[in-house]
Amino acid sequence: MELTGAEIVCESLLKEGADVVFGLPGGAVLPLYGALSVYPAIRHILVRHEQAAAMAADGYSRATGKVGVCIATSGPGATNMVTGIAAAQMDSVAVVAITGQVPRPAIGSDAFQETDVTGVTLPITKHNMLVMDVKDVAQAIHDAFHIARTGRPGPVLVDIPRDVLLGDKTEFVWPSEPKLPGYKIPTVAPEAQVAAAADLINQAERPIIMSGHGVLISHAYGLMTDLAEKAQIPVITTLLGISAIPSSHELNLGMSGMHGMAYANLAIDEADLIIGLGMRFDDRVTGRISAFAPNAKFIHVDIDASEVDKNIKATVGMVGDLKAVLGQLLPKVEANVHIDWLQHINELKAQHPSHLVRESDELLPQYVLQRLTEVTQGRGIVVTGVGMHQMWAAQHCRFTEPNTFITSGGLGTMGFEVPAALGAQVGRPDVTVWSIAGDGGFQMTMCDIATAVEAHADVKFAILNNNSLGLVHQLQELFFDKEYIASQYTANPDFVKIAEAYGIRGIRVTRKDQVLDAVQQAMETAGPVIVDFMVKEDEGLYPFIPSGQSVKEMLEEPTLKEIT
Amino acid sequence: MVQSNHTEQHTLIALVEDKPGVLTRVASMFRRRGFNIASLAVGNSEQPGLSRMTFVVNGDDHTVSQVAKQLDKLIDVIEVSDITNKSTVTRELALIKVKTNQMTRGEIIQIVNLFRANIIDVGSESMVIEITGEEDKINALHNLLSSFGVIEMLRTGLVAMVRGQTNGLANGHSEQVNSSSNS
Repeated sequence: MELTGAEIVCESLLKEGADVVFGLPGGAVLPLYGALSVYPAIRHILVRHEQAAAMAADGYSRATGKVGVCIATSGPGATNMVTGIAAAQMDSVAVVAITGQVPRPAIGSDAFQETDVTGVTLPITKHNMLVMDVKDVAQAIHDAFHIARTGRPGPVLVDIPRDVLLGDKTEFVWPSEPKLPGYKIPTVAPEAQVAAAADLINQAERPIIMSGHGVLISHAYGLMTDLAEKAQIPVITTLLGISAIPSSHELNLGMSGMHGMAYANLAIDEADLIIGLGMRFDDRVTGRISAFAPNAKFIHVDIDASEVDKNIKATVGMVGDLKAVLGQLLPKVEANVHIDWLQHINELKAQHPSHLVRESDELLPQYVLQRLTEVTQGRGIVVTGVGMHQMWAAQHCRFTEPNTFITSGGLGTMGFEVPAALGAQVGRPDVTVWSIAGDGGFQMTMCDIATAVEAHADVKFAILNNNSLGLVHQLQELFFDKEYIASQYTANPDFVKIAEAYGIRGIRVTRKDQVLDAVQQAMETAGPVIVDFMVKEDEGLYPFIPSGQSVKEMLEEPTLKEIT
Repeated sequence: MVQSNHTEQHTLIALVEDKPGVLTRVASMFRRRGFNIASLAVGNSEQPGLSRMTFVVNGDDHTVSQVAKQLDKLIDVIEVSDITNKSTVTRELALIKVKTNQMTRGEIIQIVNLFRANIIDVGSESMVIEITGEEDKINALHNLLSSFGVIEMLRTGLVAMVRGQTNGLANGHSEQVNSSSNS
């Protein structure tokens, strides 16, 4: 049967298993919406701002492991998605963005709502394409999904002119395979490298596994945990690697890095072997590179060849799919106990208990998260924005299942939490999703609370409200001589009334004794709820390794006492 | 970044899909990652639909290795090879417009002949010289002509080819391209 370009997009989306799309229509992309109206198998969720479409697709993808799809019109619609697309690129998230473009004859004429979107998104996508012929539409969508979800995942943008969507019809032929001769997907690592890595592990006395997002993407958490248990190797997770191993696991040391656990950073400092799995030794993890793990050799496994030897020169660097490579490695690794090393780390943990929350009569943000995670028992999904609340969530929330902590890591996108939580909940309607926000980030995207209400998304929106851009405020305190500028809000809205305006429940919490009840009530209320936690405003974020420094310069919370 | 101090000139060749925007993707990657291209030459390859690029890049081994990996990561790039340490033939073409007068014309013609270059245009006060060769030869001719006054020079950038029966790429990619295997 002959179909229009728009109908071919819909058919192709169904072939790729995309049953949910997030978008907002406009002139150039309207033909696609016309087709969507006769494809009820594709659920369209109408956002209030296109950046929410991209971020919701991101959250959906991370929560489900499927490709997230977002749609926008040409010009401002497409450029509004840019931040969300860049975030997906930095965090290796499988997203396909479809944008309408002005009709072919108008391209290059500065037509109304014309932007060179493939040009704009070139450096922030894994790949992008402008489809200039209706006969190429099916192949383009097939290739886009293939590129987005395989190898190191990432966003792919497909720009389609209005007259390609609506013009000549053509026979719909679903391509048998991707047409990408230059696209390679690494699988296994050379046996000699695997053997060399196994030797390093078998000889190591103070090894540490650093488990990144790749472990989750590759579904390698089981094998990673097997490796840790077999050789009794403690596991540190990167920010994006959190939830790959249960928080309660005795070998899990939590997150390291700039705001990581003090004992995790101190252990890295003493380690003789770092096993980096699906992570990229980013500057938030390493601090000053020359002072990072100064006594260690490095095994580095990543599916992206350009990450190996980029920031850290690996003793053994392996390019491959983590699940496959760990499958090769595991039989070669000998069982071990590392009693002295694990005991030493326990001592470090007792001397530097940064996983604890100090006693206080005030409403500490850390305390809120500790209670919240008690109520959820580490189940459900936690989504955060960027800043203090994000780091406290990474430090104090507990996780039991993989892919249940979703946060904007690489790009550090404030406002990510609201739409990403919406997307995650749409993808996982079986679980409760908590969006943890600061009052700053929340106000960047709170317009999409309306989208959550319309989509009946069971998202609980927590705000750790300190009436400021807290992390900026702390940086000004520590490094800019307490010259506080542009980091405090004097006229925040009443978020409980905001909730009421959207027809949902709002709860304000000002005292410690209200926290548990508020969290429970939010959980018991069907649909979205906003909980406004008025936390201690000048609470500092610790531990803190200042940018470009090392664990030697780590600042720890002054009042946390050694456990005796 | 991993760093070392030993900077030298590397020659990379890449087989790329002949599609709109490929050059932009390559150039954009070099710019945003702070890599420095000394020269870049692009043209058709022996395979329809594919182009060959020759890059000359200055950097230490680590930087150049990153360049090659980042190039290879581009979807439209089929294969990349650093041929710096291989046995190669390299050529560059230059057009040099030099000032002449009755006094200097004879001397310039002599130099041109010595270099086996060609004079392809002669005017009353200038001539255009075409030279093909390795980079050093072109530099040498340019230096000699400078004293007469070089009005304009245009160089194509280096093209390079590995000697012998290979096509310069590790995987000898031609069959793979035709059978389109990318799973």
